[in-house]
Amino acid sequence: MTEATLRVWRGDRDGGAFEDYTVPTDEGMVVLDVIHKVQELRAPDLAVRWNCKAGKCGSCSAEINGAPRLMCMTRMNTFDPGEPITVSPIKAFPVIKDLVSDVSFNYEKAKTIPAFAARPKEADGTRRMYQEEVERVQEFHKCIECFLCQDVCHVIRDHDENKMAFSGPRYFVRLAALEMHPLDANDRMELIRAKQGLGFCNITKCCTEVCPEHIKITDNAIIPLKERIVTEFYDPLAWAKRRVFGRSGRGLPPAAAPGPSSPHSREPEPPSA
Amino acid sequence: MTETIDRHEYDVVVIGAGGAGIRAAIEASAQGARTALVCKSLFGKAHTVMAEGGIAAALRNVWKEDSWEVHFRDTMRGGKLLSNWRMAQLHAQEAPDRVLELEEWGALFDRTEDGLILQRDFGGHRYARLAHVGDRTGLEMIRTLQNHAVHKGIDVHMECTIRRLLTDGDAVTGCTGYWRGTGQLVAFGAKAIVLATGGFGKAWKITSNSWEYTGDGIAMALDAGADLIDMEMTQFHPTGMVWPPSVRGILVTEGVRGDGGTLVNSLGRRFMFDYIPDFFRKDTAPTEDEADRWYTDKANNRRTPDLLPRDEVARAINAEVKAGRGSPHGGVFLDIASRRDADYIRRRLPSMYHQFKELADVDITASAMEVGPTLHYLMGGVRVEADTAATTVPGLFAAGEVAAGMHGANRLGGNSLSDLLVFGRRAGLGAAAHAATQRSWRRPDEAQVALSTREILAPFERPEVGEDPYQLHGLLQRTMQANAGIIRTEDELTRVLADIGKLRARALKVRVSGGRTYNPAWHLALDLLSMLTCAEATALAALRRTESRGGHTRSDFPATDLAWGSKNVVTRRRDGVLVLTDEPIPAPPDDLHRLLGDDAPEQARVEPELVIEAARS
Repeated sequence: MTEATLRVWRGDRDGGAFEDYTVPTDEGMVVLDVIHKVQELRAPDLAVRWNCKAGKCGSCSAEINGAPRLMCMTRMNTFDPGEPITVSPIKAFPVIKDLVSDVSFNYEKAKTIPAFAARPKEADGTRRMYQEEVERVQEFHKCIECFLCQDVCHVIRDHDENKMAFSGPRYFVRLAALEMHPLDANDRMELIRAKQGLGFCNITKCCTEVCPEHIKITDNAIIPLKERIVTEFYDPLAWAKRRVFGRSGRGLPPAAAPGPSSPHSREPEPPSA
Repeated sequence: MTETIDRHEYDVVVIGAGGAGIRAAIEASAQGARTALVCKSLFGKAHTVMAEGGIAAALRNVWKEDSWEVHFRDTMRGGKLLSNWRMAQLHAQEAPDRVLELEEWGALFDRTEDGLILQRDFGGHRYARLAHVGDRTGLEMIRTLQNHAVHKGIDVHMECTIRRLLTDGDAVTGCTGYWRGTGQLVAFGAKAIVLATGGFGKAWKITSNSWEYTGDGIAMALDAGADLIDMEMTQFHPTGMVWPPSVRGILVTEGVRGDGGTLVNSLGRRFMFDYIPDFFRKDTAPTEDEADRWYTDKANNRRTPDLLPRDEVARAINAEVKAGRGSPHGGVFLDIASRRDADYIRRRLPSMYHQFKELADVDITASAMEVGPTLHYLMGGVRVEADTAATTVPGLFAAGEVAAGMHGANRLGGNSLSDLLVFGRRAGLGAAAHAATQRSWRRPDEAQVALSTREILAPFERPEVGEDPYQLHGLLQRTMQANAGIIRTEDELTRVLADIGKLRARALKVRVSGGRTYNPAWHLALDLLSMLTCAEATALAALRRTESRGGHTRSDFPATDLAWGSKNVVTRRRDGVLVLTDEPIPAPPDDLHRLLGDDAPEQARVEPELVIEAARS
């Protein structure tokens, strides 16, 4: 049987420090398994959130060697034997205890987004949508709300004061999902422009890099929303049309194809967990 | 020291925020009830998110021949005729509306060529019936409900564990618990309560369930005087991951087989053809050729035995492994790589592709998966009235996995998500209607609140040296896995009961260190008590049912016994001990009975026996 040592941040709102824990490990273990071993053998009160242990619920977000990751999808064999492995809570939100942060910011932001509102049914009583139309939005629906994109986003990571006026990548994905939904009839463009803080984003793609679901947050959600704002509010013709006819037709500029889409940005590799 | 308790009052308190809980809260709130939704995890993380394959509903988008009647028949037969017929009927009739309602609220299901909701094949369903989103249907469902609920004026209380129901005479008046984050105690006054707390899979070692699955709702209902039924009926999903050890038990969707995957033993044989039971012979293809043709031509071919109901498949895998024809790590092979092209697999099963690639270094488009049974679902639970989801305790309602009756002795895949929606809504309606009849809140019985407070804080107040909750949990999992598994005997079940007795005594000596702020050892010390109660109920009910049926197989009583086919095992707590009785299941009316098939009558028509009462301690 092999052993592993984790340096785990222990503490609460008043402060804390890293502590080393060495525990036996088994083949195929992920970081979350080792954390559970630490609870069982060394530190019964070590606080950690988790649920599915299969990358589907987005509960076990943490920073592993400083990188925002899901603990359940980070295999121990991706580290060199003997390599120090640090595990700390996600940094953009206030810590409650050990690896558990207070993520209520996100749930508050969710409340500010007007709900989906379906347009009327077709004459035959059905709602027809085609696979090509829904696929673009299904990408956004893959979001497991792990909030790693929120954690890594430098607009709020190092600037608490921006939190009031900035919803963050998770909610830009949600807004894009609503705006591109083939059936949605709500108009959120003014809200996106004025209240959600889309303008803060300067497309560094850090969020895309950490997304465990490999959602192309920047290319497929944020950039199309930005383009739409420009068209709706700063193109005089579109502006006049909007004043007269209300919300413009459904759909957004085509989603960015895979690969680099803006020359000044890096195209990151998805993290291999 | 006097403990301060955080107090709230609501018309309806829903405990549990999976599919059933959120749907119930939405409905109760829509009826005008002031509603709270209380959950142990963060909102949107409940176990529903793990559901993969789809939602069963006779939408008739793929097969016009489908209907609620066929869905009803499949459900009843899949449940080995032990289901509450009225629940199965309501479920089959209302599931399509509930699915379309999700679409109305923004869900995006995969589409047919002509733009309607696509449906996929699943075990035990005669036609392709499951509305789905790749293999992440549960996520779509919970997020749709969550986003819808956010704007409905429901108070969501996250990371709050409820430990006890308060009663006045026999009716519920509220509940007590604690906030996980702070350790602060809380009491909710409520005119009606909906339990939507799921099962207790965490009592087994190999399970697809998350930490939350500790049976709190079942244990609380029992303590409040409610009836449980069918606690012996536990579902082992045939396909969980088996390797590496750290992922053992994680679910592999039945959709793999629905989309063309097949089970193979170490000799390369598609062994399910050797395990077709008489009850399903008429509906099942006897040859590989016919089975393969069935995927595209259901009119002229019968279903592949790979898609027999889950209990049949789990037993077959168990038998193959025991006969020495298993895979290297003690499972069997599930092969879709050689049967469908890589693009199709990645498109239809993205989450399975990802899960095997990342957690097991297996590319499922290139090689077979290794799979084996994993404890997945509890068919038994709190007895409810079909139309209103009312339990036997006034003011207490239950929906989803915590409730029993809908799935009888075995649940069909896909029938769970539809169950959550159909009966979640009905529980919300029932609870709101009950609340409307109560003029005001009844004052909680402070003696009960004080008792609950003492129970919750006890693990901090015991002598310095005490038992370790993690160790006791491990021991419970070990005995349940070994002695209350797929195949059971009287000796093994007796051993489980003895073990549970010892573990309970030790659980009452658990001592936890550290403070009350987010302390998982404390949380587990309390959850463990719920698990022990549920495990005892399951072992007692399993001992009592001296036959094999659905999710309950006794090697000392291997035959299905007609007399047991019309009886539920009922469990109650009376004067502190669990008391078991057999009670007759109402037979379906003639028009529904006819739908069940010619070979069903004697099964469903046995004259109700006298209620035989016996007590076990």
